[in-house]
Amino acid sequence: MASTDVPAARRRPLSTLERELRGVWALVRRNFHLIRRYLGWEIVFLFYNVVNTLTIGLIGLALPAGAARNREVVYLAIGALLWNFLSILFQEVSNSVQWERWEGTIEYSFMAPIHRLTYLLGVCVWAVLYGLVRTLVVLVGVALFFHVSIARADLAGAGLVLLASSVPFIGLGLVAAILPLLSTERGAQATQVIQGVLLLISGVYYPVAVLPGWISWASVLSPATYTLEYVRSAVLNGASVSAVLPISGMLLLWGLVLIPVGLGLFMLAERHALRVGALKRNG
Amino acid sequence: MAGDPEQGVQGGNDVATVPDVLTPLNISADTPALRVMGVAKTFREKDPDTGRWRPVPAVAGLDLDVPRGEILGILGPNGSGKSTLIRLVATLLLVDEGRVEVFGFDVERHRMLVRRLINRVSVEASFFKKLTAAENLAYATGLYGVPNRVAQVRAREILERLGLPAKKLIVPLEQLSRGQQQKVAIARALLTSPTLMLLDEPTTGLDPKSRREVQEFVLEVRATHDATIVISTHDMDEADRICDRVAIINAGQFAAIDRSDRLKARYGGHAGTMEQVFFTLIGEQLGEADQEEGRA
Repeated sequence: MASTDVPAARRRPLSTLERELRGVWALVRRNFHLIRRYLGWEIVFLFYNVVNTLTIGLIGLALPAGAARNREVVYLAIGALLWNFLSILFQEVSNSVQWERWEGTIEYSFMAPIHRLTYLLGVCVWAVLYGLVRTLVVLVGVALFFHVSIARADLAGAGLVLLASSVPFIGLGLVAAILPLLSTERGAQATQVIQGVLLLISGVYYPVAVLPGWISWASVLSPATYTLEYVRSAVLNGASVSAVLPISGMLLLWGLVLIPVGLGLFMLAERHALRVGALKRNG
Repeated sequence: MAGDPEQGVQGGNDVATVPDVLTPLNISADTPALRVMGVAKTFREKDPDTGRWRPVPAVAGLDLDVPRGEILGILGPNGSGKSTLIRLVATLLLVDEGRVEVFGFDVERHRMLVRRLINRVSVEASFFKKLTAAENLAYATGLYGVPNRVAQVRAREILERLGLPAKKLIVPLEQLSRGQQQKVAIARALLTSPTLMLLDEPTTGLDPKSRREVQEFVLEVRATHDATIVISTHDMDEADRICDRVAIINAGQFAAIDRSDRLKARYGGHAGTMEQVFFTLIGEQLGEADQEEGRA
């Protein structure tokens, strides 16, 4: 057996932190390079996002001219923009594992001496950055297309809710990332189902009150329900930072529970994959 | 254990020198680089006839000691357990029974530490195909904490030594031949300065020149990096040429482990070749194999 004296490196905890941060950066940089290599697809996706958001906003323009129409356009555009951001966040986290499985690199990534939290943190940091950039581009498109007034908006309040809601959505993404870890093909399909359910129950384009009774109860379980409600409240009614602070704190707390739960489940799924040999591409 | 050995290994951050990762761990010289003790692993697969799950033993009761600095070859037919054994050592599978130690550290209890000591090259050079070799290496080495600047310089040195021009570093992996991709895979493994390299059929599918370049490089790595190498292969000549010892594995069990000259003397018959050793130990005759090949 090896001798077990405290090694020299133990006196330098910073180097461990530095190593883990390099791991995070490696993941962010890898995803950036991947986006560059698939730039054609990125442009197509972005174009579709912009057009989709405009199309949804145009539904509001069908109303007679006036304050109600203005409000409806903004209401729908907020739904489309937020869903765009949250679904990017969710997809980037869950697809990261999926992508690695298809390329066959997952064994190499998981064999690396970084904590799983570091790996997932790298994926999440990228997801937030990428989601923000894409949503901002769509926002510019919306602003140029619709000449609607958001004079009453409290953008700081809206931003705070958005920022806080990123945390539980990252947690949900971690839970969803388990699925492609367990099954290459079916995992991706199941992830889409989860995302579809969130879209249905969260009141993205309509108030959750219109949901049929048998499913309306589920809306309280989705963090997106509160995100949408309070961002709309900030933009349409000018809810201030202090007004949205409690819900932002709750969303943050929700995320602080969901992330360790997601991480724990992910590590359990990884252990299962190691036991049955499921990390192998055809395993 | 006094102290946490998980904290004890530094990544290779220097171009000119090979970092000594073992000294800080105070590993005694007689500690084997790899010790496999009574290891068994069984998978489950669906029976195509009945549709029911059935157990499929991949390896059963494997025992093996690989001293530091040795090149051990693992020869065996397809499905004999070579890759499973390498995955078990590489922390990519959990053992069902037994224990695997790398430099005295249990691969499950000290997974993070073991991961800093090993790296692996598999038969499939798995990369992000649209990314360049440089981008792939930046990602892979970044996960080991190796600064990208250092990794790129060392990658050039290693790839040029393997006969791959530096300009290929900026070409997407999908545009490189299989042999070139495999050379990048070898560079990826070596850039993290592993003290135990696990090579799972690294020369399969390579042309004779590339195969020879890789073999020469494996010998050079052992000589210059104080590395221990476990290499699985189908190539009898390769095993004979570069390995200090050869383990013949069949149906998840070692049939023999010894120096190739001793194996040839004992099992090589009149031909005295590794091929004859192989067929003697796996229980088939060359003639039968030729007939099988002809039918295929």
